Amino acid sequence: MSLIEIRGLTHVYSRGTPFEKTAIDNIDLTIETGSAVALIGHTGSGKSTLISHLNALLKPDSGTVLLDGEDIFATKAAMRDARFRVGVVFQYPEYQLFEETVAADIAYGPKNLKLPQEEIDRRVREAAAFVGFPEDRFGRSPLELSGGQKRRVAIAGVLAMEPELLVLDEPTAGLDPAGREDLLEKLFVWKDASGGTILLVTHDMSIANRCDRLIVMEEGRIALDGTPEAVFAHSEKLLGIGLDLPAAARIAGLLREQGVAVPQGVYTIDQLAAAILALRGKGGAPC
Amino acid sequence: MYKDIISMDPIIRVKNLTYVYPDADRPALDGVDLDIMPGSFVAVLGSNGSGKSTLAKHLNAILLPKEGKVLVDGMDTIDEGSLLPIRRKVGMVFQNPDNQIVANVVEDDVAFAPENLGVDPKEIRRRVDEALKQVDMYDFRLHAPHLLSGGQKQRVAIAGVLAMGPEVLVLDEPTAMLDPRGRREVVSAAERLCREKGITVLLITHHMDEAVRADRVLVMDRGHIVMDGAPAEIFARAGDLRALQLTVPDTTALIEKLNAAGMSLPSGALTPEACAAAIKEALG
Repeated sequence: MSLIEIRGLTHVYSRGTPFEKTAIDNIDLTIETGSAVALIGHTGSGKSTLISHLNALLKPDSGTVLLDGEDIFATKAAMRDARFRVGVVFQYPEYQLFEETVAADIAYGPKNLKLPQEEIDRRVREAAAFVGFPEDRFGRSPLELSGGQKRRVAIAGVLAMEPELLVLDEPTAGLDPAGREDLLEKLFVWKDASGGTILLVTHDMSIANRCDRLIVMEEGRIALDGTPEAVFAHSEKLLGIGLDLPAAARIAGLLREQGVAVPQGVYTIDQLAAAILALRGKGGAPC
Repeated sequence: MYKDIISMDPIIRVKNLTYVYPDADRPALDGVDLDIMPGSFVAVLGSNGSGKSTLAKHLNAILLPKEGKVLVDGMDTIDEGSLLPIRRKVGMVFQNPDNQIVANVVEDDVAFAPENLGVDPKEIRRRVDEALKQVDMYDFRLHAPHLLSGGQKQRVAIAGVLAMGPEVLVLDEPTAMLDPRGRREVVSAAERLCREKGITVLLITHHMDEAVRADRVLVMDRGHIVMDGAPAEIFARAGDLRALQLTVPDTTALIEKLNAAGMSLPSGALTPEACAAAIKEALG
């Protein structure tokens, strides 16, 4: 069964003013339980507006979102339920830390769930372990931490809610390459361990590469939707809307233009290397 | 024109620079020596905490050395009388465009610094127009900055620095918050200013595909410059980069794999175009 079903979702900002803008326009979309989905699009394409509906932070102008088949906008209780079951980590979440200690910051969400203290403590420990934040620093002020550590604490705060769907908006922006790798790895470990579902909003094609499914947005609509292989085959369309291709897909495209028979659907360095090595000795047979 | 710089003096000289933040257990910069030639395009790589931003902030006297010296066109940053001329020579643009824009109209924002310097209004008009044209934002001069995209805002921030008539542009992760189109716009604008106007550009970045466009790449680690060379030289040392928690461009990773399997491709083919051409040639 689908975890999330979006039906005819439309959101218009500043309706009735000269600044009226349809941020998302009649979107239909389902997200399956246990999947890892990347949502891609350039600034202003509607990604953030879309994800803000998934936990009822924004209300649609028309259409709705179903969570496990229930309309999340139907009642106040349903909206509250969605906030607890869908965890959203916005861009640069480290600016949103506010408690006096790391432990209190991570515990903030579970406390609002009115869970027993023991359960709160367990969740804080587990969430911190998932993001690799050491327990001996729980008493520190979040303000004393480095940027990368702050981001981990902010993400742990959402993980401690034990969401069924974890939505992260550009989770690796500003991190160095090793930090980026490490955080992604941990998110996927969390997904597998918890049986959760992940929606990553990103511009970074090397992140998108790891997901099962890519959804590309353009001007409030879904422009492409499919496996990485299927989406990256639309290279001209992606470049046309201001997005990148993974380097491997670009090089593969350039080679094809020059008559080297690299197959379609190659988008990782490993696939491309294998394809090139298979052509070696055949004189780069023309397509 | 930047090819003739060999005989010139460095525009930036850093000598044995050490800086320790209050309460830090190790120096952020530890005896750094560096000369930067006028008109060059230098990329600075390094993991978070390696000292890149601390170095950048010394170049226009936002931070002052605890030990050692920083000279900008011969002026010592520690000398208070040189502060204004140094800030005019070395302009900085930071990561978050929203923290750097002060006015409600693009051209007012660009005019902000020269106005504060008491530049003649006619001259301000000329500088603002020219600066906006140089970053390809002239058509947006009457727009409200908060309605621009991230890449457009960063180019307005660069124009604001250009209106001061700088010789050096220091960009501290200017593309970290931008989408791919915005990244391309900002890096191309910086590259053009270097190639066409002879402005020295220092670009701090985590994006290897931006660093490959520089003339020179510096790699920092724990307050030291540990690698310094042309992009082709630096990225040929993939193992060393990985040991420093950095990655290599995807082109380098591909060539490494192919060469490990017995092909012999040049490690200097860093752009996708050069890489594809080298592979095509090797396949015959």
